[in-house]
Amino acid sequence: MPLAEAPQAVPDIEAFLDQDRHKDLLRFTTAGSVDDGKSTLIGRLLYDSRGVYEDQIAALKRSTVNRSTGKIDFSLLTDGLRAEREQGITIDVAYRYFATSKRKFIIADTPGHEQYTRNMATGASTADLAVVLIDARNGVLSQSRRHAFIATLLGIRHILVTVNKMDLVDFREDVFERIREEFASHLKRLGVEGARFIPICALDGDNVIARSARTPWYRGESLLEYLESVPLDGDRTRGPMRFPVQIVIRPGLDFRGYAGQVVSGVIRRGDPVMVLPSGRASRIKSLAAWGGDVAEVIAPMPATVCLEDELDVSRGDMLVHPAEAPRVSRHFEAALVWMNEQPLRLDRPYLLKHTTQQLRANVIAIAHRVNINTLAQEPADALELNEIGRVAIETARPLFFDAYRANRWTGSFILIDPIGNSTVAAGMIQEPERPTTADRAARSALLELEFQAGRLTPAERFARAGHYPAAIWLPARRELAYLLERRLFQRGCQVHALAEDVESAILPELAALLTAAGLIAIFSVSNPDLAERERAKAEVGGGRFFHFEAQSLAANDEEAVRQICATLEDHGVLLQGDLSGAEGI
Amino acid sequence: MNQRLTHLRLLEAESIHILREVAAEFARPVMLYSIGKDSSVMLRLAQKAFYPDKIPFPLLHVDTGYKFQEMIEFRDRYTAQIGVRLIVHQNRRALDEGANPFRLGTQKCCGLLKTRALLEALTEGGFDAAFGGARREEEKSRAKERVYSFRDALGQWDPKNQRPELWNLFNGRIDKGESIRVFPLSNWTELDVWHYIHLERIAVVPLYFAKLREMVVRGETLIPVEHDIPLAPGERPQWVMCRMRSLGCAPCTGAVLSEADTVPKIIAELAALRRSERENRIIDHDQEGSMELKKREGYF
Repeated sequence: MPLAEAPQAVPDIEAFLDQDRHKDLLRFTTAGSVDDGKSTLIGRLLYDSRGVYEDQIAALKRSTVNRSTGKIDFSLLTDGLRAEREQGITIDVAYRYFATSKRKFIIADTPGHEQYTRNMATGASTADLAVVLIDARNGVLSQSRRHAFIATLLGIRHILVTVNKMDLVDFREDVFERIREEFASHLKRLGVEGARFIPICALDGDNVIARSARTPWYRGESLLEYLESVPLDGDRTRGPMRFPVQIVIRPGLDFRGYAGQVVSGVIRRGDPVMVLPSGRASRIKSLAAWGGDVAEVIAPMPATVCLEDELDVSRGDMLVHPAEAPRVSRHFEAALVWMNEQPLRLDRPYLLKHTTQQLRANVIAIAHRVNINTLAQEPADALELNEIGRVAIETARPLFFDAYRANRWTGSFILIDPIGNSTVAAGMIQEPERPTTADRAARSALLELEFQAGRLTPAERFARAGHYPAAIWLPARRELAYLLERRLFQRGCQVHALAEDVESAILPELAALLTAAGLIAIFSVSNPDLAERERAKAEVGGGRFFHFEAQSLAANDEEAVRQICATLEDHGVLLQGDLSGAEGI
Repeated sequence: MNQRLTHLRLLEAESIHILREVAAEFARPVMLYSIGKDSSVMLRLAQKAFYPDKIPFPLLHVDTGYKFQEMIEFRDRYTAQIGVRLIVHQNRRALDEGANPFRLGTQKCCGLLKTRALLEALTEGGFDAAFGGARREEEKSRAKERVYSFRDALGQWDPKNQRPELWNLFNGRIDKGESIRVFPLSNWTELDVWHYIHLERIAVVPLYFAKLREMVVRGETLIPVEHDIPLAPGERPQWVMCRMRSLGCAPCTGAVLSEADTVPKIIAELAALRRSERENRIIDHDQEGSMELKKREGYF
């Protein structure tokens, strides 16, 4: 038989195929404790939606274990491993698949034990929706609260609460309503709006696939109807474009492409881009793809990008749109889920993996630990297995990131133990609170220098020095910074350049201090940390802060110095022309 | 403009991300190539991931010597056609000593000709990462498998000591001698695989398509007449319209009765069918929890 393509189709099958492959995908996580019937519910969903095969059911019927009261123990469909079957508990995350005519579903099935917080976090990390189970007989227990908390912490916006075992409370509406009221107020504290509540009996299938006649007072959708219709709001194409480079593709001398996944936004041919951390600018020349170049790639699809300029770009770098840069810093705060038997230690270095970067990092402070049952914030000097806390992190090199709430893919990271190699924590970067713990720590040395408002006035300083103070923020061009310092010095200015690797978190304070002392302070930093730049501007005062973009400056250093001086003159920082006549010395 | 992506495109994106991560982070990756439909899909995804470059790692086929002749022919032609390096490894010693499923039983035979041979080949090649086409949907113990599955220096899997796997951040840190098995198709189902084969016009071994074949009919099982399968008294091969739903070694892979001779017909058949694809794989059923045991010992 020739190595031909598979024989092609007849039309009516084609129509079926077309419908079938245009389904979208909903990922959800389930969390429940040992006895609230989670495995039974999933077994039931799979069974009734034909996600289980006849031979698997036959094998179940043959199985020597049946922990349920029904004919078939549906929970055996999902409890995969021997140890679990022996202990009767689910000890790890298991993934299940089923599809209806409307959607394909992936279930991350996680256990509910307190000690398995890490598994719940794992399952929730990729889910769009969380199904929380409550046993109607027991009401709201701390584990249900915990599930909801972890789901929201991991960024899940849809919470579906199923009140199970309604048969054991005679399908009473008041039992359901009481649970609903209590849990809804808990969800409100977590910031969850519009959670759905459904009364079910997983064992018999009430309100799982079809609405049940045994709950005539319930007018909502069945569980499956809800799963099939809930809008997927995780449209990743809307956010700012983020393209972490995974690997450089270089089949020969005439092609150099950067391969990666567009983790958010859209990348288009012709778009201007900035490369982080270098801050260099270029433009998308082409987007290579199997089957021919394309004009755009939307998140979360893979792309291979060729740039117009020959830049040194490698794995770990990120392409972004220049107008929508992420935060760039070595310091940030994060929520941390600790996942290892060895507790978190502040004196120990970890490896941090974020997008396609892996670098050394230290946890420099623990702001607090969250009691996952009461949500109270408690002081802590360690995080143990399955504990959650807010921490300050310092990385060896700058990271480019967004807050997790804004972008799951550039706001998440894991910590790895560099000796044992295990994954010890999952982190979610938080929006900065000012001043952050990280800032405070880095700034402690400066605190002692904090000065009172001087007695010398700016006018007096101007009369003496012949210029006003200013902060000049340059791109990463060290030689330019030093040349500018020299030229201004030659003009008689009091000037100081900072162009070595400076701790970026304290740059704003340094700028404030140096300008308060009457100096012209020149900063040329190797990573364009926009947040720090904005803060420096605020500290110094907009009228004394001058930011020069890489693209706006001449490539020749002398030429660029002349441009900068002209700007300073225009703004009255320097007197017009040359003060001392020393230019050119 | 409708920006919504179908589940197939999302699965493709996830798989390509995984393939690139491994190629970037490991020194010596290899792709296990079983010649089956999942391997065919994985191979296409790798072509896409590194285009316009060639696939930057070799393929490894663990040849038990009991594969179908059509599989071997397909393997040699297809890998030559797409220009990828192929390593074929056999447990020569066991074969020379006459290992076969009829004499040893399936458990021992798999242990020698598949698991042992695989571990030998991985050690010989010094491979630190090996892609496999396994899917979580296939079997219960696979449902808990990570995308990056850590194996110790003996190639063993410890289900209780797996690394947590969050978002798309994979931890590939290993010490010398240890390795990672990587499953880019973890979230694909059998139906997804066929849809993708159809959509992408991917070539597969003709054994997947129904035609009249000479078979031994044993109860509900159809066993192909190949590799001198011993016949029970009174058994005679018959011509049956059938196809293979999954491909393994000829003596241990049953066929299913089917008229599906095109990819769309296979998809239509699967959509209506409620039997799982590994049902006809004898090795999964030789004892309870058998796949888990094989995996602990180093099987994929």
